Amino acid sequence: MSAFHRHRRSKLIIANFTGFEADLLRSLAGQLVELLRNEAAVPRDDVDPFEAMLDFSGPTQAPEDPVLARLFPTAYPEDEEAAAEFRRFTEGTLRDGKAAAAIAIIDGLEEAGLPPELTEDGLVIDVELDEATAEAWLRSFTDLRLALATRLEVEEGDEAYWHSLPDDDPRAQAHDIYEWVGYLQETLVGALSK
Amino acid sequence: MPSVPTPLCHHGPVTAPVEVEPTTTPDEITQTAKPWVTIVWNDPVNLMSYVTYVFQKYFGYSKKKAEKLMLEVHEDGKSVVSSGSREEMERDVQAMHEYGLWATMDKQE
Repeated sequence: MSAFHRHRRSKLIIANFTGFEADLLRSLAGQLVELLRNEAAVPRDDVDPFEAMLDFSGPTQAPEDPVLARLFPTAYPEDEEAAAEFRRFTEGTLRDGKAAAAIAIIDGLEEAGLPPELTEDGLVIDVELDEATAEAWLRSFTDLRLALATRLEVEEGDEAYWHSLPDDDPRAQAHDIYEWVGYLQETLVGALSK
Repeated sequence: MPSVPTPLCHHGPVTAPVEVEPTTTPDEITQTAKPWVTIVWNDPVNLMSYVTYVFQKYFGYSKKKAEKLMLEVHEDGKSVVSSGSREEMERDVQAMHEYGLWATMDKQE
C-alpha cells in the first residue's frame, strides 16, 4: 500500500491498498461495529425490572469488556454518581459515533471497489476521502488500535518483547497488524495536517 | 517507524467565550469562574502526532501549545488541557472520548 497523502489539486486524502489489506481493514472495522452494538450495557440490577424495561436512557456503569471500558472511560473517577450520570448521557452517542466512523471505513473501501468476498488476486483499492470522511477514518483507526492493544495487553515500551516473539506466534501477527494500523494513522495525521 | 509529521497550521489559541446566563446571580458567576478542568492521561497506544493533532483541532490551540500539552501527557502521565464550567468540561471530556483519548474531569485545585 501507499501511505495516505493529500492530492495536490483535488485536496482529497488518497491512499491505495492491496485487496488483502483492504479486506483486513474491513474485517477489523466490522468487528469493532459488532462489539459496539453487542454489549449494550451492563444490566442494571439496582432497579425494579419493570422500571428497567421502561428506561431507554444510557448505561450508568462502566462496560465489563475491557475494550469497551477503554473506549468509554469513567469521566469522574472519584464521584460514582456523577460518573453514572455522565455515562448515561454520553455513552450512547459515543457508541453511535464510533460505530458510524468504523462503517465509514467499510463503506469507503467497498465504494472504492472492494468486493463482498475477496477472490481476485492483484486487486488494488484506491480510496479518495474528503476531509470529514478522512477525520472519521482517523478517529476509527484510534479505536481499532485501542481495541487491538487492549486485547494484546500492549504496554509502554514493550516493543522489544513483541519483536522477540516467533513470526508464527498469533500474538506477534496481531501485533504486526496493530503496528500497521499505527502506520496508517501516522500518515493520515500527516496528510490531514497539510 | 514513520517519522512524526509536522502539521503546518498555526492557529492562535482560542479562548472559550464566557457564557453567562441572564438569570445567573453575581454570586454564582464568581463561583463558576473556571472551577473545573479536563485532564488527559497517558496511554501506551495513542500516537504523539495524533494527540497533538487532536489538541490543535478540537481546542484550536497553536501547534506549540498542543505539543507542550502532548509532552506533558507523555512524560508526566497527565496534563490539564482545558478549564471552565462543569458543562463545558463535560463537553470537552466527551469530545476527548470521541477521539479515543483517555480523559477525566475534576475540580480545579
